[in-house]
Amino acid sequence: MLDTHPVLVYYLAMTLILNDRFDENRPIYLQIMEMIKKAIVRGELKPGDRLPSVREMAVMLRVNPNTVQRAYQELEREGVTFTLRGQGKFVTEDVEAIDALKKAFRRELVEHFLKEASETGMSIDDVIKILEELKDEGIN
Amino acid sequence: MKGLIEIDGLTKRYGRTVALENLSMEVGEGEIVGILGPNGSGKSTLLKVIAGLVRPSSGRVTVFGMKPGHGVRKLLAYMSENDYLYRWMTVKELIEWTSKFYDNWSMDKTQALLEFFDIDWKLKVANLSRGMRGRLKVALTFSREVSLYLLDEPLSGIDAASRSKILDILIREYRPENSTILLSTHLVMEAESLFDRAIFLKNGEKIIDEAAETLRDRYGASINNIFIQIYG
Repeated sequence: MLDTHPVLVYYLAMTLILNDRFDENRPIYLQIMEMIKKAIVRGELKPGDRLPSVREMAVMLRVNPNTVQRAYQELEREGVTFTLRGQGKFVTEDVEAIDALKKAFRRELVEHFLKEASETGMSIDDVIKILEELKDEGIN
Repeated sequence: MKGLIEIDGLTKRYGRTVALENLSMEVGEGEIVGILGPNGSGKSTLLKVIAGLVRPSSGRVTVFGMKPGHGVRKLLAYMSENDYLYRWMTVKELIEWTSKFYDNWSMDKTQALLEFFDIDWKLKVANLSRGMRGRLKVALTFSREVSLYLLDEPLSGIDAASRSKILDILIREYRPENSTILLSTHLVMEAESLFDRAIFLKNGEKIIDEAAETLRDRYGASINNIFIQIYG
């Protein structure tokens, strides 16, 4: 039923490893979008790679196909993917769009980290100080 | 067809017991709708009314634009929560016997489903485990090529592996263009990623009817957590 290609195998592996698949306290389509963006940022999905079909993805993730469809539509609207009629959906080949994705992703990562840090009473300066210490200790 | 199922002011009483109270809802083509609630909330009665097996006490119900009954029954597949399979038959005999009742039966599908479910045709139904009988019921239901499936508690009382396989089959068999699935369950956590929409019943009344993703977004909670909040 599923035609195997590297992307698919990657998702399959990922869903098997991350056994608890989704945080169902948040909309699932957002998490599917994040999953795909993350795969692009990490380079596991490359520009021009074909995404699994809606059905393949739904079966693999065991979610409603309409939810996958919604995630795919949003990704396309954001310019992360594009559709070739009759051939499927593909990761954008626009280098700038991918750079912007990486930038946004990194920023989000740091913002998330800073939020957690501030909840423990740290200021940005405290964080920078620790980062500099770590740098001096040779941690990358 | 937009309003595949249209229900307006449905009440069902069994003697003095009110099973459903002034319930209105609509189901469009291509939806997977979770009918949720604890035992006795009216889930089974609702599905039976839609299937044409139970007559409303009052209210208006149409399915495929018709009153539920003989004509509609051919167009939908209803799976009862009861363990209704004849135990003295083999799987093969049961399939041959059941398939004779329906002109929309696909033996190819039966074959594929039994293979996926790892069910041996030669075994006697009496020798199947509960989980295997649960799988067989689902296989029989989806062997019928119809556009509306009504599944009453397909996950109840069976092992985790069987539940997992049944959920896989639901996704595989579902076609957004032309199939609609109503699924009643009190095992919300396992099934919720399948739902387009969730309908919560409490003492025969509809208390929530909303898109699943909208509920998650609005309450910052899973359908399961909302379920626990309401009925806990």
